[in-house]
Amino acid sequence: MLRGSRPSPAIRVDGASARLDGDWTLRLLMPVLDDIRRQLPAASAGMEWDLSGVTRLDSFGALLLWRHWGRRRPAMLTLAAMQEALFTRLETLGDACLPAEQPYRFLDATAHLGRLLFGFGRHLAGFVALIGQLFLDLRHLLLGRGHWPLLEMSANFYKVGVKAMPVTALVGFLIGVVMSYLSALQLRAFGADVFIVNLLGLGIIRELGPVLVSVLVAGRSGSAMTAQLGVMRVTEEVDALTAMGISRQVRLVLPKVVALTLAMPLLTLWGSAVAILGGMVSANLQLGMSYDYFLNALPRAVPVANVFIGLAKGAIFGLLIALVACHFGLRVKPNTESLSANTTASVVSSITVVILVDAVLAIATRGIGLRYG
Amino acid sequence: MSPPVELKGLSTRFGQHWIHRGVDLVVPAGEVVALVGGSGSGKTTLLRQMVGLLQPAEGEVRLFGEVLSAGDRQAQLARRRRFGMLFQHGALFSALNVFANIAFPLREAGLHDEGLLRDLVLLKLTMVELGPEVALRMPAELSGGMVKRVALARALALEPELLLLDEPTAGLDPDRSAGFVRLIRALHKALGLTVILVTHDLDTLAALATRVAVLAEGRILAFGPLDEIMTVQDPFIERFFHSERSLAALARGRA
Repeated sequence: MLRGSRPSPAIRVDGASARLDGDWTLRLLMPVLDDIRRQLPAASAGMEWDLSGVTRLDSFGALLLWRHWGRRRPAMLTLAAMQEALFTRLETLGDACLPAEQPYRFLDATAHLGRLLFGFGRHLAGFVALIGQLFLDLRHLLLGRGHWPLLEMSANFYKVGVKAMPVTALVGFLIGVVMSYLSALQLRAFGADVFIVNLLGLGIIRELGPVLVSVLVAGRSGSAMTAQLGVMRVTEEVDALTAMGISRQVRLVLPKVVALTLAMPLLTLWGSAVAILGGMVSANLQLGMSYDYFLNALPRAVPVANVFIGLAKGAIFGLLIALVACHFGLRVKPNTESLSANTTASVVSSITVVILVDAVLAIATRGIGLRYG
Repeated sequence: MSPPVELKGLSTRFGQHWIHRGVDLVVPAGEVVALVGGSGSGKTTLLRQMVGLLQPAEGEVRLFGEVLSAGDRQAQLARRRRFGMLFQHGALFSALNVFANIAFPLREAGLHDEGLLRDLVLLKLTMVELGPEVALRMPAELSGGMVKRVALARALALEPELLLLDEPTAGLDPDRSAGFVRLIRALHKALGLTVILVTHDLDTLAALATRVAVLAEGRILAFGPLDEIMTVQDPFIERFFHSERSLAALARGRA
């Protein structure tokens, strides 16, 4: 064993003198720290201390003794020359203590609340500034004065759109099955089996499809965008772009925003279609409703305006998710804590914003595509 | 007593490319060994292999006479606690303040007495010539030189017998780097450490190293005190140590 090769620390109290032996080092003291601490009080600082038998002493061992002596040298102390320097350093340390942290007072809570409010204000201002800058850059590009970052757009489109298709399909299909199964049970009780087409069609195409896909995309692509921009901030890549005179909005934000705005309607269409397929399969198994009937009844139950509403919602949600993700990504400070906090904030905010905007849109479009009575 | 670090027939390969072929090196206790070599000669790779961050393709590394991965978890942990490493960019935990960074290895080692912990951290801070006022700052609020000092204090927290330094003076201004060199030399003298450092900086090398290991063409070209190395006849050593700039830097470091 490692310990065997070195002499263990020991303390011997003999009348009015205390003799120390062995290695007084962190490595050998840690395993026997409790024993040593029990033995130390037997030897008071006023005794005669002999440290010449100590084979090795490090600052941990020295500090342990120093604290036992009440932060000063005992009157009678025998030291080897090597150990002198350690205690000299401890003497210069003196009674240095940590700068005191301010205690928490009632006013601090108020100040905290104020800071939160101002912080929220700064977020809003920053978000508006981001959108404004994006518009200015778009105008600049539309007037043909800069070149479009088409390569980045297509790369982003592939990343957030095409690669999200499997997970969207899986979740959409399962939700479709579950919704259809649950409503089938209820509808059969009323003998209103045929209305499952209306329920699923309207619910999924108009509401559930866009929101479900948005939540998935916010978790999957929004967080990735924030983390990517955040790490680029940490490694100063964003600063390097600015130093080259390349707008970060054009190169980093715009491709992401455009890609997600274009990809989201398509993903919504895909997700809703698979969810309805799931519902159709479940209706067939549960209610014995034929696929032919379901497909024929669907256009009659769901006016085509609902599809457009769903697609428009997809585009709006995509735009918002990308903007929120970029906003938080560009606020990351160069430390791990800030990166994780901003990524969390990005996902939470984008999902909240999506649901808020969905509620607003639900009210705004209540006269479109719904048949009453 | 077995040497702190012993490399036996160490070979490293990245893809098809061999970085080292049969590196042998024995670092005696109490020495300050500088590993030098051209860019891309695998100095940092060698350092990372010593602490087990990278596995060599062939050969073995022995620390304090034992293979790093020998024994059970407890034995491995005890062995790892016998050395400290200073990374090139400090590698301070950015989520923890200076105090928590230095206290971290001590807390992990099972020390929970807050009073003792506070004194120990303050002592380590004075060792690297920093005052208690920096203790509550976050790493992001420190200058490059301070980050290195705090990282050194953290590397020293567990009273290591072996200290590995990766480019200790890179990114510091001449004044700061001279200060850092003085600091390491003083600590080496006071604590009797064995130090292995990787450096490009000939000032640092001349000021610190008691022995120099020259790494070129995938092997240790020469190993010995600097004066001995200077007399070795080899084109690489010729270019590295005998150019006008190098000689000036070496003279500066020795001064």
